[in-house]
Amino acid sequence: MGKGVLYDATKCIGCRACQVACKQWNELPAVATANTGTCENPPRMDAYTFTRIHFSEIEDNGKFQWVFNKLQCMHCEHPACVEACIVGALEKRPDGPVTYDDRKCIGCRYCQVACPFGIPNFEWDKPMPWIRKCTFCADRQGAGLKPACVTTCPTGALNFGERDDLLAEARERIKAAPGRYVDHIYGEKEVGGTSWLYLSPVPFEKLGFASHSSEPVTVNAARAMGAVPPVLLGVAAAMTGIYWLTKRRRKLSRVEKSDKENTGVPR
Amino acid sequence: MIQQQKRTFPLGISVLTIVVILGLIPMIIRYINGLGAVSNLSDGRPWGFWISFDLYCGVALAAGGFTLAGWVYLFNREKYHAVARPAVLTAFLGYTLVILALLVDLGQPWYIWHAMIYWNIHSPLFEVAICVMTYTAVLALEFSPAVFEGLSKSNLPVIRRFNWRIPWRIIRTIQIPLVIAGVVLSTLHQSSLGSMLLMMPETLHPLWYTPILPILFLNSAIAVGPAMVIFETTLSSRVFGHRLPLDILSGLGKAIPYILGLYLLLKLMDLMARGEIGLIFTAYPQNLLWWGEMIIGVILPVILFSMPGVRQSRRGVFWSAVLVVLGLILNRFNVSMLALAMRPGFTYFPHWMEVAISAGLIADALLVIWLAYRLLPVASHEEATGTT
Repeated sequence: MGKGVLYDATKCIGCRACQVACKQWNELPAVATANTGTCENPPRMDAYTFTRIHFSEIEDNGKFQWVFNKLQCMHCEHPACVEACIVGALEKRPDGPVTYDDRKCIGCRYCQVACPFGIPNFEWDKPMPWIRKCTFCADRQGAGLKPACVTTCPTGALNFGERDDLLAEARERIKAAPGRYVDHIYGEKEVGGTSWLYLSPVPFEKLGFASHSSEPVTVNAARAMGAVPPVLLGVAAAMTGIYWLTKRRRKLSRVEKSDKENTGVPR
Repeated sequence: MIQQQKRTFPLGISVLTIVVILGLIPMIIRYINGLGAVSNLSDGRPWGFWISFDLYCGVALAAGGFTLAGWVYLFNREKYHAVARPAVLTAFLGYTLVILALLVDLGQPWYIWHAMIYWNIHSPLFEVAICVMTYTAVLALEFSPAVFEGLSKSNLPVIRRFNWRIPWRIIRTIQIPLVIAGVVLSTLHQSSLGSMLLMMPETLHPLWYTPILPILFLNSAIAVGPAMVIFETTLSSRVFGHRLPLDILSGLGKAIPYILGLYLLLKLMDLMARGEIGLIFTAYPQNLLWWGEMIIGVILPVILFSMPGVRQSRRGVFWSAVLVVLGLILNRFNVSMLALAMRPGFTYFPHWMEVAISAGLIADALLVIWLAYRLLPVASHEEATGTT
């Protein structure tokens, strides 16, 4: 079935080689940044930065500890961006990646507003701007390669494989070392499941992960869109009926009036 | 100083022309330096003033077109015939403005036609796009008899020579199907603007996020339709000097408490059904926005329009209609901007150039309305004098 990546925060050392590999493979330019007082850089993702290691400062048994997590497109199983895209430029492929086709995009940015993880970014500084985001290295996957970030990761914090296998692997890791992990695989159920899965030593809220329900964010919109054909037919029929009725009533009253005039009998 | 007696352009027109030019300059900058140069939009707030004001408010405020056309031609209320044509004209201009604004807001406006060939039928925005495109054409056709009437009375013999009665008659024969299409398309896209926000259950505040958002959007658009017609016709009668009978204005006002009453009921029942009714007291500061839109746009107008004394005064009807319009604007800004959470770490306040572009577009429309009233039989109908 679909591919996925398992990110194990206990194995990540925050070296950011994945960020560099991502920039190299996608030929993304460097971005000038200012020191923000943390060791993370750049401070946020944008159209030229598809992935980023976030540093969380955690107090663990009175000791200071850094816990890292990698941010990029989660490649949802039920992606809001795909549902939202007016021209179908975004597509969830059965093998995992949510891909973007800039030959269709008109730049409406609904995907940015709809994404529950705040991932698609826009080229605000360009006169002909596109949406940019992590591609899950769909091009590399097509050639039988792993994503660039996974290939470069020196500690094995990133594992690429079948999503189902990765889920089993994650459960095994939690079972083997219950003290090491919180009993939660982020991405297994969130927003209906994501291709990227996370293991963490601390509760995910502490790492800045949004606590999403397991319901895909698209359900209500999909329900509303399903009502469109019946509403279309219903309103058209109702309006035609009302027109017919009012017209008939007017004709009847006119006939009545002329009858009265003809006979000249007042009521 | 000797004043030239021949004043062809009133002062208002010169002001509007300046506003148009001031709006054009940022537009040019946008196409050279990108959206970031003329707006404060960012990845954290990708939709800002243009979407909230030009799209969300613009489409809703143009609802007078379908409500009045439906009321007059389908429900057969001939009394309101005189306001149907101005309502259709302003609706047509409103939708044209929406499309023009999108040509600035879209990243790739030259590919706007992609919406017609690459269909994503799951996207509420796709439905809005198709309906807006079709409905703008429908409105143009609905208004075209006025243009044909104007052309047949043109000062130029060349234009007069063509028999404008022919296209006029063609449009008149398909008028009822056009009005029905207008009502259907409006129902669909007014509600779909609400469906668009259903995609954001996590970011839209629970005071506003509800599965019935599309119904609430349609309901509030129907309520603001007559209010906007009162607002526009009052102003245009000031400028162009043909007064409408008060009877028509108060008749329109009489419908508003029923429509807004239903809206209030739906809003409150929905909050109670979802168990979130307490938020109207606890969710500070968003609850202030909620109370603002409910008091200004719903509760006060329901009370005012229910009072016969208010309905019998032009001033009373006008200002009550202004309240409905203001409340609707606040509502659309709430759902599409103020109560919609940004990505963490971002702030947004509209750049003056964003506002200038929108203001320039509105000035465009006002200039066209001014021209239309001078050149075309907008306020007076041929058919009203007995062709029907």
